[in-house]
Amino acid sequence: MSQNTLFDKVWDLHNVADLPGGSSQLFIGLHLIHEVTSPQAFGALKDKNLKVKFPSRTVATVDHIVPTDNQTRPFKDNLAEQMIDTLERNCSTHKIKFFNIGSGSQGIVHVVAPELGLTQPGMTIACGDSHTSTHGAFGSIAFGIGTSQVRDVLASQTLAMNKLKVRQVFCKNKLSQGVFAKDLVLHIINKLGVKAGVGFAYEFAGPAIHNLSMEERMTICNMSIEGGARCGYINPDQKTFDYIKNRRCSPKQENWPKAVKWWKSLASDKNAIFDDLCEIDAANVEPTVTWGITPGQSIGVNQKIPQLNELSQEDQFIAKEAYEYMGFEPGQTIKNTPIDVCFIGSCTNGRISDLRVAAKIIQNNKVATNVTAFVVPGSEKVAKEAKREGLDKLFQEAGFQWREPGCSMCLAMNPDKLTGNQVSASSSNRNFKGRQGSPTGRTLLMSPAMVAAAAISGHVCDVREFLKNE
Amino acid sequence: MNNEFRAPQGKITKVIGSCISLIGDDIDTDRIIPARFLKCVNFDALGKSVFEDDRINLKGKHPFDLPVNMGASILIVNSNFGCGSSREHAPQALMRWGIKAIIGESFAEIFYSNCIAIGIPCFTLSRELIEEIQGKNQKKSLDFEIDIFNSIAFSKEDRYELEIKESSRNMFLSGEWDATSTLLNNLKLIEAKINELPYIKLNGNYL
Repeated sequence: MSQNTLFDKVWDLHNVADLPGGSSQLFIGLHLIHEVTSPQAFGALKDKNLKVKFPSRTVATVDHIVPTDNQTRPFKDNLAEQMIDTLERNCSTHKIKFFNIGSGSQGIVHVVAPELGLTQPGMTIACGDSHTSTHGAFGSIAFGIGTSQVRDVLASQTLAMNKLKVRQVFCKNKLSQGVFAKDLVLHIINKLGVKAGVGFAYEFAGPAIHNLSMEERMTICNMSIEGGARCGYINPDQKTFDYIKNRRCSPKQENWPKAVKWWKSLASDKNAIFDDLCEIDAANVEPTVTWGITPGQSIGVNQKIPQLNELSQEDQFIAKEAYEYMGFEPGQTIKNTPIDVCFIGSCTNGRISDLRVAAKIIQNNKVATNVTAFVVPGSEKVAKEAKREGLDKLFQEAGFQWREPGCSMCLAMNPDKLTGNQVSASSSNRNFKGRQGSPTGRTLLMSPAMVAAAAISGHVCDVREFLKNE
Repeated sequence: MNNEFRAPQGKITKVIGSCISLIGDDIDTDRIIPARFLKCVNFDALGKSVFEDDRINLKGKHPFDLPVNMGASILIVNSNFGCGSSREHAPQALMRWGIKAIIGESFAEIFYSNCIAIGIPCFTLSRELIEEIQGKNQKKSLDFEIDIFNSIAFSKEDRYELEIKESSRNMFLSGEWDATSTLLNNLKLIEAKINELPYIKLNGNYL
């Protein structure tokens, strides 16, 4: 059993009681809600005649269903309008702070909370969304929950949970030029497998991780869940504190040094014991692209799609399904695969640094004919900063559509969808069958830089070729 | 699909029903219930849309469309079932279709906890035994009784020793899988906890 890791320290601090059945009752320091997974939870509270116990520990925004072209209310889609309206009413009834469209702070919940300084080391953070693991980048214990658990957090600010084991994923060396956090996390998921993380929290550690910016760290922790780990985290360091300082909800004045002192004490001790350890060499990571229907089915951009006999027996069933769905032949190259749609955005890669990197690639270039490309900033703050830097114009001049913030085509709950069996190059997190809104649509996951390069060339290419010409 | 849906309540000690096998690893929650069906403010209508895109694709040959499986309530799956999105809509859709228990090689973490929270016991078995059950079920209808106290599934001919997390087993037997009231029993401890957390002390009026 793990000892003296950040996970142990934060878990123990928040343990309210040991429940009769053997699980723990865990206090949730920050509860984030959105329109999709909360209405039934509020409905259940009403049915049980319960109130929200600590309304100030829950914060809301709207992201999944918002249209990214025309956000005039009421939305054209009646069901989407009903969902935002329900969230507005629930927040107003229960006195929950709601960052609505136009507030200046609306956006994808996992982009918004760090921006506001809500996400801090040492917290337990829960949200009815599997990518809540994102917040672990700050040294918090953050995980996705379902709607019944949202109900429990609203009612009691606690959850019944079993403590996770802790695996340290040590990333040695550094990423090379043109290789990004997204490539690293896709590589990790490929090496460890999509279900290896079940029952574990992942501690991402080592020089390759601490060399990353906070936004890149969020990309890493965001995709923990794609490796099966409900929770992924990084020990806080000076970069973490610098990011949080002076944000709207960060500790102020005399409380700041006290908070930093406490945060520093949370990092896993030198003699910490982990349930499992594994090592990844970051220097070996190439720009990485998925070829299949799970985020684990990825290869370096210059590699070939694996043959069945190159895969372990347990990966073969899903590989056969993937070849058929994607229309790829085993052994073929992924490079030069024609692309129909390019999507830059999502809670994985919709932050300002992602937009900057992509903008650098597309500068003085044009989107290939036959490619529809669009950028969906992760939040109103990201959009504002991008506009200040002129990135919106740069993207538009290159032929990208510039949209309003939201989850958009990561999961296609709004009007942004693939049609037919289109192939998309996407900076999002899931390449599941039908994920981007068409039951036969095909998704290739990659870094925003690689998406930008694909948009210009019209096919999958190695972004490092663009960087060479700089 | 069962027309009359009644949500489980209280203690769950056994599940009796016929098996429905769904073959495949890494079946994600987007496949169980595509995102377009998440545009709803209650779960009531989800049962008919479970696996919608896979079912359309298989033109009536999906296990959830086969006449032989109508009325089945024990789902037999392979590994990493329910991976991906945290949407509780996935187990809610399965439950509203008629599923009352799931036996699989392994489950994704959030899907598993969602199942527990809504009263669907999930059990694990080795890959070999899952494939054995699925193989038998392909040839004929299989009726199981699952005894949760002893974690055993049995029929006239078969007996399988299932695995379930001890805490989950206890929650079904006591009825505490419906956790809200159990959690609220510790209200004094919860109030004490919020007052001792450093980040709340240092940053009370944070919003």
